[in-house]
Amino acid sequence: MSDFKGKYLVGVYDDDEVILHAVPKLRKAGVKINEVYSPFAIHGMDDALGHPRTRIGIAAFMFGVTGCICALTLLIWTMGIDWPMIVGGKDPISLPNYIPITFELTVLFTAFGMVTTFFISNGLGPSLVTPAMFDPRSTDNKFVMAIELKKNRLSEAEIAQYLRDTGAEEINIKQF
Amino acid sequence: MHVTSPVRPPLVTGGKTYADVTEDICRHVENNPTKEWLIAFGISVIVLIYGTACVLWTWWEGLGVWGLNKTVGWAWDITNFVWWVGIGHAGTLISAILLLFRQKWRTSINRAAEAMTIFAVLCAASFILMHMGRPWLAYWALPLPNAFGSLWVNFNSPLVWDVFAISTYFSVSLVFWYIGLIPDLATIRDRARSKVSRFIYGSLAMGWTGGAKTWSRYEYISLILAGLATPLVLSVHTIVSMDFATSVIPGWHTTIFPPYFVAGAIFSGFAMVQNLMLITRVVYRLEDYITLEHIESMNKVITLTGSIVGVAYLTEFFIAWYSGVEYESYAFINRATGPYWWAYATMMTCNVVSPQLFWSRTIRRSVTWTFFISIIVNIGMWFERFVIIVTSLHRDYLPSSWAMFSPTRFDIGDYIFSFGFFFTFFLLFSKYLPVINMAEVKAVIRSSSERLPIKVAGVAKGDRVASPTFNKDAQ
Repeated sequence: MSDFKGKYLVGVYDDDEVILHAVPKLRKAGVKINEVYSPFAIHGMDDALGHPRTRIGIAAFMFGVTGCICALTLLIWTMGIDWPMIVGGKDPISLPNYIPITFELTVLFTAFGMVTTFFISNGLGPSLVTPAMFDPRSTDNKFVMAIELKKNRLSEAEIAQYLRDTGAEEINIKQF
Repeated sequence: MHVTSPVRPPLVTGGKTYADVTEDICRHVENNPTKEWLIAFGISVIVLIYGTACVLWTWWEGLGVWGLNKTVGWAWDITNFVWWVGIGHAGTLISAILLLFRQKWRTSINRAAEAMTIFAVLCAASFILMHMGRPWLAYWALPLPNAFGSLWVNFNSPLVWDVFAISTYFSVSLVFWYIGLIPDLATIRDRARSKVSRFIYGSLAMGWTGGAKTWSRYEYISLILAGLATPLVLSVHTIVSMDFATSVIPGWHTTIFPPYFVAGAIFSGFAMVQNLMLITRVVYRLEDYITLEHIESMNKVITLTGSIVGVAYLTEFFIAWYSGVEYESYAFINRATGPYWWAYATMMTCNVVSPQLFWSRTIRRSVTWTFFISIIVNIGMWFERFVIIVTSLHRDYLPSSWAMFSPTRFDIGDYIFSFGFFFTFFLLFSKYLPVINMAEVKAVIRSSSERLPIKVAGVAKGDRVASPTFNKDAQ
């Protein structure tokens, strides 16, 4: 998370409802909010911030289809083509018998593919360095709004006033 | 304005705030282990060492040290395997199915239940390895092109389906559990005082900062994972039941097995969750998070699944008679009145009668009764697997092959191993990781706590919209 460069105004709220209501007000006033950090998911926050709907579900579906095709290819090739054999009176290519393994591999590919996509798209991964944070209390009980001053037309004092008016408990300046 | 519904008692009591949740849950991770924990851990490790010695001896000498014979070729190994897999199911059920059903009470118990799933599935897998006799050849069960004649594993066999089902189930459960842990690991990282713990929890937290976009994707993938895990958990025990149901052994060749096994798995799994959570809530003083409401809700699930299991017992008995197949009828009459009648009676008493006690509200909300009945249920479910396996096998089609099974000390020792393994790892988990999902509990606390009023600036007039302090913090 070292892509934060510059000077930020950090509004610290102590209630999720307050910050949820603050976000649209600030955006309406023309403040560009970089991100909101919270100790848990605040429902409606992505809409309030104007984030587009995540497409991770489409990725999950693609991984599922890949898993299903891989499983059927493996089963049909091994049991039907490479070494066809009749066991227990079942045909070498017998789709009903292939359902359990096809299902399991579809689930496996979807779960792992989707989670890997999640990690990559959020820049998460095994790291030996503690990430740069605007306020470490945002993983405990505080709700933090980060606003980069350079990106905003409004002055520092104006933004601070908006933060104060919407219920921020603290306003800090953070320089990366 | 904060409204509490009179029909929905608070899920978290004691008027907790977000900071209290962090403090209460992190306390046991950050402090030194308690004396109770050290004693329990010491006992578990001793049991594990003894069990490991038995397992190693089994492998060294071969499966001849078990009490198996020509007729009873499966006994304690598969009984223990099916029992442990069943125990694991409650964790996924709580985290996945209850998430899909929007059951908020799951948040206090899902973390520990998922950990239980992972360790229980590992215990189950250990019996598969043990009963192979030559565990170093376990990879033969995988679909690898081999040098033994270009043969492949038989994908039509339920035993191979098991390999796929159990390994997928384990890996998906592990991922689900770990994803849920990441936000809490970040909380511990940010509170850590020592460099070592900041480094360890920091590496595990994978750089989590809790941005809104990350949370949104996190919730989305949790929901999809739950959607995947729900049919997965049902498929796993269905496939385990097919190990039996697709055979031609009387007493096994039963179409009711898949739903009956799944219900039994949830039944025993919830009983194990009760046992673990009742101990955890007392040892870590989490009575405000795992309340009587949670215990009661789980007891209701136990009553429901216990009743389904009871109906299944009666149904298979009825169908054995109704089918008119003499071998099938004999198998069931022999179960109830044959030489293993005592195992059948134990199973019926523990699984059919004991959960019905939970119809009484007093018993359902009593910690002592719950703990006692949960143990009884687990014993009953172990006997169910034993009855299905051994009573069906000990009477072959050929009366000259009729035999009895009795366990040796290695059968028992290997079972003891699984307990040592399970409790050692569960205790390590409960000491070094948060036993309750802090992020999820915080998310439900507003709608289900006793206090935490809504403070919306400009909406609730005069409510704490304090003038903020202005700090210059140039770092």
